[in-house]
Amino acid sequence: MGEVMFDIRHLSKYFVVDKGTFGRDKKILKAVDDVSFQIEKGETFGLVGESGCGKTTIGKMLVNLYEPTDGQIFFQGEELTGLTPAQRRQYCKDIQLIFQDPYASLNPRVTIGDIISEPIRINKLLPEDQIEERVNYLLNRVGLANHQRNRYPHEFSGGQRQRVGIARALAVEPKMIVCDEPVSALDVSIQAQVLNLLDELQEEFGLTYLFIAHGLNVVKHISDRVGVMYLGKLVEIAPKKELYENPLHPYTQALLSAAPAVGTRKRERIILEGDVPSPINPEPGCRFCSRCFKRGTGCEAYETKLKEVLPGHFVACKEYA
Amino acid sequence: MLGKKQKPVEVPGQEKPESELHAVWESLRVNKTAIFGMVIIIILVAVALVTFLADAAGIQILPYDPNETDMTASFVKPCAEHWFGTDELGRDIFSRILDGTKISLFVGFAVVIFSLFFGIILGAVAGYKGGVVDTVIMRIMDIMLSIPGILFAITLMAALGKGLDKAIVAIGIVAIPEYARIVRGSVLSAKESDYTQAARVIGNRDLRIIFKHILPNIISPIIVRATLGISGAILDTAALGFLGLGVQPPVAEWGDMLGRAKGYIFAAPYTLVFPGLAITLVVLAFNLFGDGLSDALDPKSRKR
Repeated sequence: MGEVMFDIRHLSKYFVVDKGTFGRDKKILKAVDDVSFQIEKGETFGLVGESGCGKTTIGKMLVNLYEPTDGQIFFQGEELTGLTPAQRRQYCKDIQLIFQDPYASLNPRVTIGDIISEPIRINKLLPEDQIEERVNYLLNRVGLANHQRNRYPHEFSGGQRQRVGIARALAVEPKMIVCDEPVSALDVSIQAQVLNLLDELQEEFGLTYLFIAHGLNVVKHISDRVGVMYLGKLVEIAPKKELYENPLHPYTQALLSAAPAVGTRKRERIILEGDVPSPINPEPGCRFCSRCFKRGTGCEAYETKLKEVLPGHFVACKEYA
Repeated sequence: MLGKKQKPVEVPGQEKPESELHAVWESLRVNKTAIFGMVIIIILVAVALVTFLADAAGIQILPYDPNETDMTASFVKPCAEHWFGTDELGRDIFSRILDGTKISLFVGFAVVIFSLFFGIILGAVAGYKGGVVDTVIMRIMDIMLSIPGILFAITLMAALGKGLDKAIVAIGIVAIPEYARIVRGSVLSAKESDYTQAARVIGNRDLRIIFKHILPNIISPIIVRATLGISGAILDTAALGFLGLGVQPPVAEWGDMLGRAKGYIFAAPYTLVFPGLAITLVVLAFNLFGDGLSDALDPKSRKR
């Protein structure tokens, strides 16, 4: 195991949906519930799960957009939770975020040159006379031309905007980038280009990625290790190859069986019944048991916990307890 | 490398795609009522500037000195010498109305600037900070809104004293909640946007996020409200003037002229009609222009 970049311990984020009357009938949405994992330096950690499972919430807690309800985040051994806003801002230049929707994440009234130079100016990383050169370098590096720096975001296509978003994240020379479904809003033809660009940049700058996606396909292309989330909980973590070849958690097995595959042996399609239960005031016990096709006795009451069943392969299921 | 192969979208030096300002003007241009309002506003501003500058330079440009009384010529009906007639002191009403333009416009703009300043700060802080701060600020705004505007202004005038500057402050305070509400609502939605979150991720301070990233994106509804607010402010000043709380005599102010003329409504209706028409015209102009602007700034209702 290499050097640990991020150590996330018992991280939780609850949203109060309805305060209720005098504290009764209080509705709490447990977006992320007691999640622990580590991201190693230089790796790409893929985080997968369906909409609403809490994967983006985790990403946003790492970049200080959400305050965790509970738990701790350690970045290179230093605790990020519980810092004052000014102290926390010091880490902005180390941890950056690439947004899902390139149409919403760029301020429409700012030129892309200013969008890319702003992080440099705010964090006072370069003297004023060197900023232009740096912006030009970043534009070229992500595949845009220098003369485009005075244009506004609406003059660009989705793929180009996402490149601007990547350049903005790179501007502060971060150590870690959280990629929040960076290609899911793009055309399939553009997706590969952007993924390749991210791959190149990782190698060039020694970046660590937390790569969030809702399907296993994109993650397979780019990740070293993959974590699977279901309803606010991590249910399985494994190295990519291991996860795709030997999925242990029933939910992962179902996800994999749903992914279209070319040229590989045909898996039997597992169809999950029912809908995802509401994350508001969830019942204790295994979150997945209401839809699980391997459900046994005692599953409803079993409080799941990640357990290392094979080297580096963690799973949270009663079957392996 | 795939990134470097990419062709730029446009050849440099080619015409830039139309800017937003240009699109707004294109939409405004075809809106006849808005243009009508704009033309009147331009004329009024010109009148105000010319009379102000002439006054400052000591040149008499108006047909008569607006404050010169002539008891031998009181209540002259509109005629060739006195287009709008004269009032009870023999002052030329036409000259007084032209002279009053600068006060009405000045008050209109001053009030809007005053209330915008505080409205933007309060609304932005309430919307951005949320929680207790939001509740406290907005409940105070609600209380202010629940008091009838003109009554509130009169009460404030009673505390502040008479005079145009005090009238501006009083009317300005009354108008703050409207701006605070609009700003807060817009800030609330802009706060959740990805570009605001992006601004936080790169390490911006809250104040810079509000002023650099949020306010420029919510300026359209504020501009529209401010344009409409000018007419409201002019109307309120006229009302205070009518009640004798605005300018001090002998300065010509439309509301004050109306108030003095009310005793002669049957004997000399023209003393009342022309100041009234002037108020109506300026209010109408700002409302028409404001409505047009509101349509033009809204991309969804913009005519293509």
